[in-house]
Amino acid sequence: MPRIGEDTVDSVARLARLSLSPGERTRFARELEAIVAWADSLQALDTAGVPPLRLETGDDGLRDDTAHAGLGREQAMGPAPDHAEGLFRVPRILP
Amino acid sequence: MTSGLTGLTASAIRERVARRDVSAEEVVRAHLERIATVEPAVDAFLALAAERALERARRLDRDLAGGAAAPALAGVPIAVKDILHVSGLATTCGSRILAGYHPAFEATVVTRLEAAGAIVLGKANMDEFAMGSSTEHSAFKATRNPWDRERVPGGSSGGSAAAVAARMVPLALGTDTGGSIRQPAALCGVCGLKPTWGRASRYGIVAFASSLDQVGPLARSVLDLAIASSVLCGHDPADATSSSRPVPDFASLLSRGASGLRLGVPRRFIAYGVETETLARFDEALGALQAAGASVVDVELKHLPHAIAAYYLVATAEASSNLARFDGVRYGARAEAAPDLRRLYGETRDLGFGAEVKRRILLGTFALSSGYYDAYYLRAQKVRTLIRRDFEQAFESCDAIATPTTPAPAFGFGEKTEDPLQMYLADIFTVPANLAGLPGLSLPCGLASGLPVGLQLVGRPFEEETLLRLGAGFQLATAHHELAPRL
Repeated sequence: MPRIGEDTVDSVARLARLSLSPGERTRFARELEAIVAWADSLQALDTAGVPPLRLETGDDGLRDDTAHAGLGREQAMGPAPDHAEGLFRVPRILP
Repeated sequence: MTSGLTGLTASAIRERVARRDVSAEEVVRAHLERIATVEPAVDAFLALAAERALERARRLDRDLAGGAAAPALAGVPIAVKDILHVSGLATTCGSRILAGYHPAFEATVVTRLEAAGAIVLGKANMDEFAMGSSTEHSAFKATRNPWDRERVPGGSSGGSAAAVAARMVPLALGTDTGGSIRQPAALCGVCGLKPTWGRASRYGIVAFASSLDQVGPLARSVLDLAIASSVLCGHDPADATSSSRPVPDFASLLSRGASGLRLGVPRRFIAYGVETETLARFDEALGALQAAGASVVDVELKHLPHAIAAYYLVATAEASSNLARFDGVRYGARAEAAPDLRRLYGETRDLGFGAEVKRRILLGTFALSSGYYDAYYLRAQKVRTLIRRDFEQAFESCDAIATPTTPAPAFGFGEKTEDPLQMYLADIFTVPANLAGLPGLSLPCGLASGLPVGLQLVGRPFEEETLLRLGAGFQLATAHHELAPRL
């Protein structure tokens, strides 16, 4: 079983784009360690030759290849906190 | 004229509106008055839409006066879990990160219900992003169980269940990823149906775990669930995973009742820590179903003890991916002072998400991360196959599987919030149906120490009618669903 320390929480938080406070790092490391330890019960099951589940709805998931109007740009951008000239505005990316 | 309207089921309201004994506007006003009276004690709603509702009611009344036929849910007031988009109303999903978000489109199931004459009265409270079993994880407020206001209503569709139980609406929409319709229905003493995965469109519903999520109705009778399900199920071109299998007129099949149907009972699994009085109500319910013509056989579902572990790996992995879209750029709130894009993402998400959502995003990101993917996410998906096979085998000797919906009735506020694992274990009987993509029904089956207990029935894929027939037979023989909390 992998140990989940604050280092693991830091690297996972970086991947998940979460800035955590020092208190949160400690708490989540402790809680995730307990949850993962318990989820490790799955390791005892024999899954050799068992495929991952794929749910079937009876459809092939394909539709006719015809164009439909989608949301207009203005409607789609309406809920954004900051946009201008049809573009999302964010802090400077390039130095 | 309006007195007593709030005690009626959806089908009874529709009959009166169709006969024009009462107007849709009167029905809506009566329910808004009821909300004004009891909502301060229950806190089921995040937002009300009184003007929108009255306007739609008047429009329906004009149509009916002009000779239009009354649709299936004519004049029925509904509550909609705040994870579904409703035109003209904000969606919060119980989260601060969606503050001020007004969606540009509507959930297909809401459009269908409103086209059938249902009238949205408001958006119901929920655990943030549907992550929780008590509605305590709502960023805005706790909803109280109408049967005991010191206890939780269950979750994550806790507002929907409490609103139906408190007679504020006869019908509500919820979503169910691991039990979020059935568990609060059980804890609040109402009926709830999670249809088969793919049975109803998920378009316009904020995604939590896409291979587990399903939308469904909560109501006070099986007949109401049947009517609502026939309206909301069916293929939607906007959701490629919604099935085009024909949807029966469920209500017309209910008269067949429970007669001749076989119930499988996984005794060994149920032995898993069910509280004594809950077990007694469950056994009485089995007795009532047998008296109504069903038979009972023992079944074994040997991988179910692993269901919660598999569920929390799959659900959190999918959530970590689905919730990546909340980044402070495209919707809702943003941490304004961030000096660069990376910190804008991080700070927006830190401020916007509550602790449970962060915990699940971290667990899910871990389960998907390089080096752990095979051991956690992929293995959990294989365990789903084992669980699905267990059900397939059990369905060779029975038509539905019966368990209590939850191991115990409603718990108190704060009882499980300090230990996430304890909260997760409250879902032990409901997650298997989501993992296997099966339909599940929860019905009130009596009280334990004054609190409602739920009977759960799980069926074969796309055989909702079997569950509804059993439920109708049960409700013909018993009156548990007519019990109301004192408020």
